[in-house]
Amino acid sequence: MSTHIGKDFTPPDVPGKVTGEIKYAEDYKAEGMVFARLLTSPMPSGRVVNIDASEALRMDGVVGIFTADDLPPVAPPANPALASDYITYVGQPILAVAATTEEIAETALDRIRVDFERRPFVVDPLDSLAPGGPNAYPDGNALVRTQEEGPEGTPIRGAQIRDIKWPQSAIDDLRAGREPVGAEFTNEWAFGDIEAGFAEAAEIIEMPFVTMGYPHHSLESRTCMAYWENGKCYFHGSSQSQSANNAGLARMLNIDLADLVFINEATGGGFGSKIGPYPYMAITGNFARVLNRPVQTRITREQEFYIGSARSGMQGWIKAGVKADGKISAVDLVIVNDGGMTGGGSGNSSAQHVTVAYQPENMRFRHISVYTNTTPRGAQRGPGQNEMAAVLAPFTDKLANAIGMDRAAMRKVNAMNSDGFQGGSRGPVTSAFVREAIQQGERRFGWQEKLALPKQISDSKVRGIGIGIGYHGAGGRGYDGLLRMDTDGILHIHSGVGNLGTYSYAGTCRAAAERLQIPWERCVIERGRTDRHLPHSSGQGGSNTIFTHTRTNWVAAEDMVNKMKEIAAMDLGGTAEDYDIGNERVFRTDDSSVGMSYAETAQRAMELGGRFDGQEYPDDINPLTQLAVQGLAGSGLVGVAKDNIPGSGQPPGVQVGFMEVELDKDTGKVEIVDYTMVADCGTVVHPKNFLNAMRGGMVWGVGMGMLERHVYDPQNGLPANTGIYQSKPPTNMDVPIETNMSAVNIPDPQNPVGARGIGEPTQGAAAAAYASAISDALGGYTFNTAPITTDMIVSHLGGLDYSSKSLKTNTF
Amino acid sequence: MPSHDVMPNMELYQPVQVEDALAIADRLAERGWLVGGGQDTYGWLKDRAKSVDALIDLSAIEALRGVRETADGIEIGALTTLTEVANNDLVKQRYSVLADAAEVVASPQIRNIGTLGGNVSQDVRCWYYRRGLSCYRAGGNLCYADTPQGMNREHALFDASRCVAAGASDTAPALVALDATMVIRSVDGERTVSAEDFFVGPALDIESTTVLRPGEILTSVRIPSTWANATFYFEKVADRNVWDFSLVNVAAAFRVNGGTIEDSRIIAGAVQTTPRRLRNVENAVRGQSKDMATAESVAPMASEGARALAHNGFKIPLLQNLVKRAIAA
Repeated sequence: MSTHIGKDFTPPDVPGKVTGEIKYAEDYKAEGMVFARLLTSPMPSGRVVNIDASEALRMDGVVGIFTADDLPPVAPPANPALASDYITYVGQPILAVAATTEEIAETALDRIRVDFERRPFVVDPLDSLAPGGPNAYPDGNALVRTQEEGPEGTPIRGAQIRDIKWPQSAIDDLRAGREPVGAEFTNEWAFGDIEAGFAEAAEIIEMPFVTMGYPHHSLESRTCMAYWENGKCYFHGSSQSQSANNAGLARMLNIDLADLVFINEATGGGFGSKIGPYPYMAITGNFARVLNRPVQTRITREQEFYIGSARSGMQGWIKAGVKADGKISAVDLVIVNDGGMTGGGSGNSSAQHVTVAYQPENMRFRHISVYTNTTPRGAQRGPGQNEMAAVLAPFTDKLANAIGMDRAAMRKVNAMNSDGFQGGSRGPVTSAFVREAIQQGERRFGWQEKLALPKQISDSKVRGIGIGIGYHGAGGRGYDGLLRMDTDGILHIHSGVGNLGTYSYAGTCRAAAERLQIPWERCVIERGRTDRHLPHSSGQGGSNTIFTHTRTNWVAAEDMVNKMKEIAAMDLGGTAEDYDIGNERVFRTDDSSVGMSYAETAQRAMELGGRFDGQEYPDDINPLTQLAVQGLAGSGLVGVAKDNIPGSGQPPGVQVGFMEVELDKDTGKVEIVDYTMVADCGTVVHPKNFLNAMRGGMVWGVGMGMLERHVYDPQNGLPANTGIYQSKPPTNMDVPIETNMSAVNIPDPQNPVGARGIGEPTQGAAAAAYASAISDALGGYTFNTAPITTDMIVSHLGGLDYSSKSLKTNTF
Repeated sequence: MPSHDVMPNMELYQPVQVEDALAIADRLAERGWLVGGGQDTYGWLKDRAKSVDALIDLSAIEALRGVRETADGIEIGALTTLTEVANNDLVKQRYSVLADAAEVVASPQIRNIGTLGGNVSQDVRCWYYRRGLSCYRAGGNLCYADTPQGMNREHALFDASRCVAAGASDTAPALVALDATMVIRSVDGERTVSAEDFFVGPALDIESTTVLRPGEILTSVRIPSTWANATFYFEKVADRNVWDFSLVNVAAAFRVNGGTIEDSRIIAGAVQTTPRRLRNVENAVRGQSKDMATAESVAPMASEGARALAHNGFKIPLLQNLVKRAIAA
């Protein structure tokens, strides 16, 4: 029986967050610290001709400036920390100025003269693809990958820029909701025979769609502080991840891994934008080295909009065929991604979502990712999958209605099970119980009962109910676990997982406590700074942590248990197999009175040395873990191992959402009156935290479905909504007070505690259920867009054209 | 382009008496900037889209706070917070349209700090102007919003004159509906202006949204008994239910006798720089039954004269619908 898994507990950093005592990167100060501020581009495209900082440098208190010339050159399409020859968006950092006070630094910014040369710019991908359309870079407009795409949140490597134009007829086709004939793509895949699939279909529907990019707007901006001591860089940064930062950040600072101490106790949100080290970290660390004093680079709220990353937008077309029994026989999908200045869109992940939601028999996907002179784009909570979910849900409803089938029933016909697949390669999954999640949701929501309710609620209000499915791959393999038992019998769980705010860093540590059957009060989580000897851990992104690091902590605990048994056998006789653990002791299974305490095994490990106390370690652990073990060696019994648990396939995180809305036809306002969600995420490790994640994801889904979007002026490339209030994340008044949340709770066979991740799909399910419910309320009308905003609904009901018909993204 | 968020250096005056504030305002004239709750001010100054030599912080002047009964209604001090206005018993009992409007301004936190005087005196919310671009309103010679490609979803339907910015206040339409009087003081004495005349559009003055002149302070708002306990209506439609500006709002007061509208004042907000009094609708409903049939017949009149920009056409049906609801409610 589980002692820790599936039980509530309080992660150790919670009290500090409640009292305000916990420190974020910006809260750290160091003796002699100076304040750096960024000067950013006023124009969307161009280059720096000259910088004259002489007046600023003559100011009392100004200690220096730092420009692109102070960093290794970075060629397009890489996103440079500081731009010079290629300015590609309004707000792009050009230089930093440091001064003894922030006020002086801010004033100094106004006294620096930068001469620019302007270049053409573009904010809409289709405008760039049109014949003669402007390009975001002098060399072209499309990202072409020369090597496989890296994990979510990692910088784009192995890519080049090409100049690709479509025939005007293809642009017109797409805008008109037809297949863009003659269009060139940079990424294509297919399986099966889509023509045969369409031939089998009872109904075929096609539609265009558009989704908006929007900023992450992490509440904690990415302020950094760094200082150097004895050749080591102490770096306070805001990151989702901990150990996953070290290698990249060390490269940015041109130092060995051993010379970097990365400190990140708590993080005020990242949502995918802080998975790995971001380019601007190079400014702070290197500027501190140049000035030989601590530097804090504070990022303003407006700058966080500029450099804090954003979701990619999509302009696309989908055609699907459904058989009379509800099975999707064929899908043809085209996506043009708005990649902003970084170029990388999430189209492949969007297509992956379609494969999971439909398990189609035949499918073709064609994709191009286009640069625009807008902010850098990157992973944002379910990138690609969630926005696709939002436009796919009402499209799915149309297919169901076309064949006269219940919308929930059709989703069950196509639901992914443990024999299912995901993605264009049709890769296997570790397990999946989506049909069970839909069934559970139908019951809890009262789907059939609500179908029978009258649509008209009052003179102006109509009811709509909808279903959405959210999906994201939810787990990785091959990282390291590291534990240390000290001579007081305290288990130190060393975790390189970041503290994004999801608390999965703590949840994953419970696996070690579970395996060692040790009370939680006897455990200490060592985390937050490299010099606490942290192992190689995954980036805290991609909903992977629960699956990935319950495994690493489990295998490290397994290693520790085995060593305890070996030590006991050495001292008390017999073989390791003769021993078991329990009550913080290792004892003979045939005579539990013969044994030794965990504390005693730690003492003996230190006497024995070698692999017992960490002086020796497995060959296959990561160099970062090797450094960590070396730091711990000789201080107790060490359990360390790489996750080599056998198995294959992608662990899926899936959520199903059911939503009831009341839509006011006079005002276009929509009230969510019921939201019921069911997760298929294996065993729930930490119930309270599971509920928090579910609710938080729902709020994000409402933002995606109803409110949030980029707005750029195509006349000058200026963004309209740089502030948080202008970006309109949902408030508590925009979401239901009560939500009905549960999990299928069937263990995943490839995780020792049965867990899979679930963070990201929670948003997609809610956004999709919202769009589905709106469509239902409006008699099947689909906006084919995310978000569906108040003005669109009013315009539609008022008989006016609405903005999404042009498929414009970044603009109304 | 610097991205600022630190307050610039400036002189700061914190008077505790109205007379002292008036003297300072008079002495500083254009050099001074009045601040109450600061919810409009601090954005301008921290962004450095506007600059000022001296800040005159009125927040310590107790005499400018509170709601008191007068011989002919009530008088509300300009520094009374929006939360206090929304929760005041006199306001709620007699002039609930104002309480309803105050209650939906921005967010609870902003209402706890923001004042009635500040809410009606706030500048327009055109994002181009707020960004510090040199538009007509900022002393330049072009409008970025009134173009085919301008991002003008939130902008004005009526009374554009070089500038198409829409007013941002939720309480302003309610005060016009109540036929309130704005009390303005300077070292030269007191003058009063009807709420309807207090707000000015770009044709009259493109750089100011009110008749307030340097050296003058809005000290209170008087609401006469004329419309006390009338049949009121207020509705704000914004993208979000809190912490958002109106896309359109409507404040209305009806004098109803036996189901017939004897008189009314129907005011729309966020459709032009100033609150827009819908006199044609008021005239049309006079003597008519206050019901859905009347509402539906006159609602299209609400948008007569509207000129939609590229992206704010939705405001026309929205305005019509809110006026319909006001009459039918």
